[in-house]
Amino acid sequence: MNLIVDIAWTHIRSRARQTGFAVAGVATGVGFSIMMASLMQGSQDDFTNRLVNAMPAITVSDDRRAAPPQPAEAHYAAAEIRGLTPEARRRGIKNPLAIMASLESWLPGYIAPSVKVQGIIRYANQDVATSIIGIDPRRETLVSDLPKQMRGATLTALYRATNAIIIGDRLAEKIGARIGANLTVQTSLGTRINAQVVGYFHSGVRQIDETSAYVQTRTGQVLARQTGLINELHLRLRDPMAARETAARVEKDTGYKSVSWQEAHEDLISTFVIRNLIMYTVVGAILLVASFGTYNIISTITHEKARDIAIMKSLGLSERKVRSVFVLEALIVGLGGTVLGFLLGYLLCLALGSIRISNPFVDADRLPLAYDAQHYALAGLVALVSSGLAGYAPARKAARVHPVEIIRGAT
Amino acid sequence: MIAAAPELSAPAGFAARPIIEAKGVSRILPGIVPVTLVHDINIEIGANEFVAITGPSGSGKSSLLYLLGLLDLPTTGEVSIDGRATTEMREEERARVRLAKLGFVFQFHFLLPEFSILENVTLPMRALGALSARQMTQRGEGLLAALGLAEHRHKRPDQLSGGQRQRVAVARALANEPPVILADEPTGSLDSRASEQVFELLQNLALNQGKTVVAVTHDLSIAARMWRRVELVDGRIVSDIRTDFDRGAGKNVENRP
Repeated sequence: MNLIVDIAWTHIRSRARQTGFAVAGVATGVGFSIMMASLMQGSQDDFTNRLVNAMPAITVSDDRRAAPPQPAEAHYAAAEIRGLTPEARRRGIKNPLAIMASLESWLPGYIAPSVKVQGIIRYANQDVATSIIGIDPRRETLVSDLPKQMRGATLTALYRATNAIIIGDRLAEKIGARIGANLTVQTSLGTRINAQVVGYFHSGVRQIDETSAYVQTRTGQVLARQTGLINELHLRLRDPMAARETAARVEKDTGYKSVSWQEAHEDLISTFVIRNLIMYTVVGAILLVASFGTYNIISTITHEKARDIAIMKSLGLSERKVRSVFVLEALIVGLGGTVLGFLLGYLLCLALGSIRISNPFVDADRLPLAYDAQHYALAGLVALVSSGLAGYAPARKAARVHPVEIIRGAT
Repeated sequence: MIAAAPELSAPAGFAARPIIEAKGVSRILPGIVPVTLVHDINIEIGANEFVAITGPSGSGKSSLLYLLGLLDLPTTGEVSIDGRATTEMREEERARVRLAKLGFVFQFHFLLPEFSILENVTLPMRALGALSARQMTQRGEGLLAALGLAEHRHKRPDQLSGGQRQRVAVARALANEPPVILADEPTGSLDSRASEQVFELLQNLALNQGKTVVAVTHDLSIAARMWRRVELVDGRIVSDIRTDFDRGAGKNVENRP
């Protein structure tokens, strides 16, 4: 065994109890850091997944980012026009099939059209204000989780009747409508149709389940009185994280406002940054406290071993080698703590993941945890670096011990 | 220089380049009242010398030994080992010279308590890194056997007597086969029997192995049996006497200035 390793290991071994406490300190720090990172990351991933799944990665709407400029403003830089209303234009995305075909030629994902209209569902003398969404069931299957959210039927049930409608399970419960029930749907534009309930859906979001209903695109267009037009295109991407860049390209290609899920939830995403900052600060603090234990043990060893250090130096061990001995001891403590901390962190995550939670507002019955090797690598790296730094100060001091002073003191 | 008789062992180092040379060496401890440990020391120590550094307490004997052994740096002057000036050397280089050229024996054995006797002896070899593990073990065991400690090689230092520990310290000093052994009161903590054993051991190194042995001692009877006696008073050399050694009689025959 290398001399430096041998001396370091002998020192550590001869102070098993003290070393054990220092290792336990680092292990606790690493373990709890991993658990915390896993919990934070898990909840963030869970939230992001819900967000990405609940809505399309990109929504192309018939809005424009800015009102069209007045012709004079467009031609003369100095012109400033006040009091004029922008030119009225008909809502809706024109030629949706052509646009979809064009986008599908390069888009790494799927597209589905959507027509939105506000209306009232009337059944058994109950009126409920509802968002009626016209969809293409076949395409919708590719862009949303609606098929998975269906209860009692599949999405293709919309093809079963002329004016088939799928309503939220809470809405169905509220108005007492069962599959096969005939409802009246009336929009604010005055359109009125009779529709047959062919299924329910449960999104898990109370507001959506209480106030939303799906019909075929054609039915939606009838209700919205916009034949041939749609209100939105929903895009699902193979890589949801690329939504921002893809949305910019879609907007450039189509001229319609394209909003990525990140842009739609920018405020929430910015809170993730703050959350992560808090997490890393707390994790750093835990590991810093653990490193004090390492500092303590190495300081004690160097103090107790002052005579041995003097003798090693008098024999011809350089300052660098003496310093290496004690830094290595700190790293051994750090490494031991890291390995045990990995195990502790994993067990803590398992324990935390086994706790059942019951919350009427949350679908999940377990805490969301992310098992990510990066958490282990990061906690281990910080533990090793902080242990090394904690050991460096006393090691440096030990290496500078003047052998003559110690030898004279001993004689 | 006085030529030695054929049957006499001539302490070398007169004509040849000295192994250790101190030129104008002073060591002053800084402080409100600076303390001069040694002052303007000029000394040359050649190969195969057996030198006693004597003097009253506080005369600077050990300080001079530490300066000659590169354990301390002079405030002024220069210490050369094998013709190489050491004052301007980097710490690592000085440590390397110490490891390869000098062996130390102190008043207390200063063995590392957690290591076995054999491990203590092989420690300087491992630090130098010139031999394989097997060669180091062989040499370590050979040294211990030569000093009558073979059966103790796996014991810890606290399982040996004071004399045995000091012999282990000598074995450790010889580990890298250095040409010079520096000993600071090597018999100071031993009883008379153990002292005699250690003295004979050191004398044997000079006599039979051609080593240069420089020992600080306040024991004049021991100093009288060495081949050269350097006396210090108040940090200055006041006398430096060489003696020829009669190998046949096993004792010094005459004093030389």
